[in-house]
Amino acid sequence: MFALTPFEIGAIQLSLKVAGLALLGCLPMGLLAAWVLARCDFYGKSLLNGFIHLPLVLPPVVVGYLLLVLFGKQGALGRWLWETFEVSIAFSWKGAAVAAGIMAFPLMVRSIRLSLELVDTGLEDAARTLGASPKWVFITITLPLILPGLLTGTILTFARSLGEFGATITFVSNIPGETQTLPLALYRLTQAPDGDLGALRLVVISVVISLAALIASEALSRRINNRLR
Amino acid sequence: MQKKLYINIDIKRKKDDFMLSAKIQTKGGLTAFFGRSGSGKTTLIDLISGLDTPDSGTITIGDQVLFDSESRINVAPEKRNIGYVFQEGRLFPHLNVKSNLLYARRFINTALDPVMFKTIINLLGLEHLLNRRPSTLSGGEKQRVAIGRALLAEPQLLLMDEPLASLDSERKAEILPFIENLRDHLKTPILYVSHAIDEVIRLADIMVLLDHGSVIAQGEVEDLMSRLDLRPLTGRYEAGAVLSVQITAHDTEYGLTELSFSDHKLMIPHIDLPIGAHLRMRIRARDVSLSTSKPIQTSILNVFEAKIIEISPDGSSQSEILLDMGAPLIARITRKSVVELNMKVGDTIYAMVKAAAIDRHSLGLGGTHVRQTN
Repeated sequence: MFALTPFEIGAIQLSLKVAGLALLGCLPMGLLAAWVLARCDFYGKSLLNGFIHLPLVLPPVVVGYLLLVLFGKQGALGRWLWETFEVSIAFSWKGAAVAAGIMAFPLMVRSIRLSLELVDTGLEDAARTLGASPKWVFITITLPLILPGLLTGTILTFARSLGEFGATITFVSNIPGETQTLPLALYRLTQAPDGDLGALRLVVISVVISLAALIASEALSRRINNRLR
Repeated sequence: MQKKLYINIDIKRKKDDFMLSAKIQTKGGLTAFFGRSGSGKTTLIDLISGLDTPDSGTITIGDQVLFDSESRINVAPEKRNIGYVFQEGRLFPHLNVKSNLLYARRFINTALDPVMFKTIINLLGLEHLLNRRPSTLSGGEKQRVAIGRALLAEPQLLLMDEPLASLDSERKAEILPFIENLRDHLKTPILYVSHAIDEVIRLADIMVLLDHGSVIAQGEVEDLMSRLDLRPLTGRYEAGAVLSVQITAHDTEYGLTELSFSDHKLMIPHIDLPIGAHLRMRIRARDVSLSTSKPIQTSILNVFEAKIIEISPDGSSQSEILLDMGAPLIARITRKSVVELNMKVGDTIYAMVKAAAIDRHSLGLGGTHVRQTN
């Protein structure tokens, strides 16, 4: 039977942990960025938009290398993090989460922004006249209406984070048990002379996890859409 | 008794190359803001609701200042306690009808009076819709829910922005009685935006005439409708004098109804309302013809002796003549007739109103153009 080896279980757990943390960071920041892009008008907006979307078009290695330069012990942000919080994210699973999060961020922003732009601001105005403060308008009207976009963004971000390779290996290297997520473990096996079977098993695991996420999101979004129609 | 809640508006608002400058005072009942599209009606009630902010001026309701540019007061829309019924309903798609209706209640500290809930549900005929989704409602049903939702916030003032504009004439006829009900049975004053003069005549007590961002005239509907100088705005072909009348008799043999107003009687085709009912009706200028001598043999049932008050300025092939017969009446006749019959201001003349011209469908509304005013 298909019993998972400790090596595989470790990689799966690490991958879920990394993708989960990346998602946790992307959700609030993505919501904020999407809100700013969809609702605010300011000088330099297209520059911000471009900056947020950079990871989508840059080679992942570039992003990984920039992260390494910034967050390495000698990097500007890295040194500051180390001196103030005694935290270093380079070569740790947290760094892997940061890399995955940054690579997936544009997907989150795009999904939320799209659904935010579809929300009729007239409905929000109507809620104001019914006594809702801007905070309550967001909670009771806007948030439920962008739920499909949030869900799509969540799935895309999660899947992209699970699959993140280039930026991760450049930034945090391929350390078993620390930064060796599924794709990195797969990469190691493909480099080993007798790794074919192990690699194939990881491929199957990756496909199953991604497929499960997609099917779950499809079912959820159908339920949400039924509620909204 | 209607609570007299005075509403004072004196504001300016510039939007691109459009300038709204309005000074309006009204109270209780239903006040209609009437004007063509682009005249600033919607901008005006957006400013009152707080969804838009005036550049300068004041807005007060009763003794509550909602906006004052001098003392930098600008009450947030959610704190103004003003209900707003939008043209397109704007029901929340993720909530069912009942949750839509009760949306405002979560922001109100006092519990909802179940009697009030029942009254509003019954008034608007919403009982059977409570568990439905907004997407499954017809246009008319959506508007009724939107009205109910605004009312259940217990607003001190209700704004309605062309609530009938997106509906076909059948749906309009369905909603109009509900709005009449609100006007007659609720204490809440209503500001009603419309570009349809028939709605204004049927619903409004006070009318504010807007054009290109300015208030051209404001006052009682009957007074404004009988002013010839406002005719270009109140509508050349559809408008006419507005009379408040009472049903005094039904003639079953000929299928007629007798109406009376200031010592006159008027026969119109039968309408299905009880004797004693008060109505407001419009007599279109084109349905009134004039004669310098008393007509003796004529098919026209309604002949009134009247005095010429005003003859509209020459220029076109037709003239409008304002008559006084104890109540105002407007006639439109050709300018040729004015000259040939030698009509002058102050002359006594006989006005003939064709009974058949006054029927339920003469406004193209699908309903009646007369209304109950009690």
